Amino acid sequence: MAYQSDKIKKSHMVPFPTQSIIPEQDVDKHPVLECHRLGIQFGGLKAVDDFNIIIGKTEIAGLIGPNGAGKTTVFNLLTKVYQPTSGNILLNGKDTAGMNTTQINKLGIARTFQNIRLFNNLTVEDNVKIGLHNTMKYNTFEGVFRLPNYWKKEKEMHEKAMELLSIFNMKNLAGWQAGALPYGAQRRLEIIRALATNPSLLLLDEPAAGMNPNETIELMETISRIRDEFKIAILLIEHDMQLVMGICEGICVLNFGKVIAKGTAEEIQNNPAVIEAYLGKQKGE
Amino acid sequence: MLTNKNSLRRKGTIPYIVVIAAFIVLSVLSNGVLGRAQMALLVPTCCYIVAALALNLCVGVLGELSLGHAGFMSVGAFVGVITSESLSASIPNTGVRLFVAVIIGALFAALAGFLIGIPVLRLRGDYLAIVTLAFGEIIKDIITCLIVGVDENGLHIVFNVTGTMGVEDLHMTESGKTIIQGAQGAVGTETISTFVAGFIMIIVVLFIIQNFINSRTGRAVMAIRDDRIAAEATGLNITKYKMIAFVLSAGIAGAAGVLYGLNYSSIVASKFNFNTSILILVFVVLGGLGNILGTIIATTILYVLPEMLRAFSDYRMLVYAIVLIVVMIATNNKKIRQFIGGLLIRRKIKTNAEGGDE
Repeated sequence: MAYQSDKIKKSHMVPFPTQSIIPEQDVDKHPVLECHRLGIQFGGLKAVDDFNIIIGKTEIAGLIGPNGAGKTTVFNLLTKVYQPTSGNILLNGKDTAGMNTTQINKLGIARTFQNIRLFNNLTVEDNVKIGLHNTMKYNTFEGVFRLPNYWKKEKEMHEKAMELLSIFNMKNLAGWQAGALPYGAQRRLEIIRALATNPSLLLLDEPAAGMNPNETIELMETISRIRDEFKIAILLIEHDMQLVMGICEGICVLNFGKVIAKGTAEEIQNNPAVIEAYLGKQKGE
Repeated sequence: MLTNKNSLRRKGTIPYIVVIAAFIVLSVLSNGVLGRAQMALLVPTCCYIVAALALNLCVGVLGELSLGHAGFMSVGAFVGVITSESLSASIPNTGVRLFVAVIIGALFAALAGFLIGIPVLRLRGDYLAIVTLAFGEIIKDIITCLIVGVDENGLHIVFNVTGTMGVEDLHMTESGKTIIQGAQGAVGTETISTFVAGFIMIIVVLFIIQNFINSRTGRAVMAIRDDRIAAEATGLNITKYKMIAFVLSAGIAGAAGVLYGLNYSSIVASKFNFNTSILILVFVVLGGLGNILGTIIATTILYVLPEMLRAFSDYRMLVYAIVLIVVMIATNNKKIRQFIGGLLIRRKIKTNAEGGDE
């Protein structure tokens, strides 16, 4: 324990820039997300403390850190699965205080989950259509009595769903039951469902988990393509360093709920605090 | 596991075909072949099928356990009886009157569902089961306290909470007619339910439920059932969609109640007790959660069987219990299912092969 508390103290003293690095293309635009001194406390435990981040309009940002560092908790705070106990979150300049998960999604944050959460008993196409739920509307009455608006909107939804599925070449799986898909396809479907809600910020929780190196490379390309096509920002949690270092323009490193480093891939790779957090301290140093 | 869209759509038409075929067969048989006892079962069977379809919407599609659907039937039954009796002069046509009674009864049951849903559907967990269980008992006691009559001045209602009041406390004119007499329930009701009405109700309810499930709203409800957290993160308003499904379910159960209430000249509130709720739940569970055709078949068999077994009066519940156990084993045993569904599966593979060419 002594060793641990020593590490926390040390890492706390490492100087880090309070401003995030905004990639060139977004410098003169309003950032999509600003977190200011964000924190949550469970009893006496500060799971996340003093978390600051700014994400550019079309940035791909990475959130990394050892197991238990609080990465997923940050996602849960951003999407209001947990209400933060301190600090605030601005989405497109709008304060999200007091909102719930549903409102946050409507405002523009979509996410995937570390342990896949699909609607397992529905078809692949229906899963995507659920994502389109708030953008293409008709009411219950029109649905039950199959009025013209029902057919029109269902057709639009079907076309849009197929278009989204084709991003990952999953069109031929549209009729499958989501729970019966192979693992990798389930992860991709989750990303498509999140994209269908028309977000301005996409949160991906370990998108490459369980994928082989080839699939990971393919996923990297797709993530970049999604950013370019949809012009959205992406924040991802990932343990696969090849992926993180390959596509993330800004990287934020968490350890024990605190940010220990921020910067570009090269800066992070050479940061002693990060190396220490992942590998431990060298003896006699 | 391959489910093709076309096969799903085809699946939706099978319940209609089965119900229509059963109706035609039974209509032919009712001209002399069926005895009085069997004829008397036709309308109640329709009622229980509709009630079971309603509960299937709540338990199978919404994924919330309700132990008080008999309570909604009860609301529907007594509101329906009051409506029918008080309109008997103004609407002499029994078919139209039944239709009006069904609509009003369903609306009141839906209102009851809405009032229960406001506090309960916000919560996670089995609270709905507990509250609906209580609701079923409360509504039974309320109706037991109710004395209702009608005369040319309109409806007269008193709450006989102390147990000392009688029909005379309604202060009706001489032409007045009592509809509900407290613990004796509704007496002297004109029986206007018919098998044709029951058949039409099943078809309409099938239409509503199947279209509901395949619409945007139904999809949202099933998404919430499958994964609440993911549904929230995808921007679905959980409480709203749970409420829509639950109120629809309560309303349909109320409609079933109206048909049931107007099938007997007298009916008591204790008919719709906890046992009836559980009976409907048994139909749904044995028919398969979310399985519409299964619900219809299970309800028919399990409702008609005990009545048919009356000849063996002493052993009837014993046989009923054995049938329940056999059905449970059969529906959960892979080998038996494969054996029964052999033909169906072969047809499914065929349709999938066709669908795969697209």
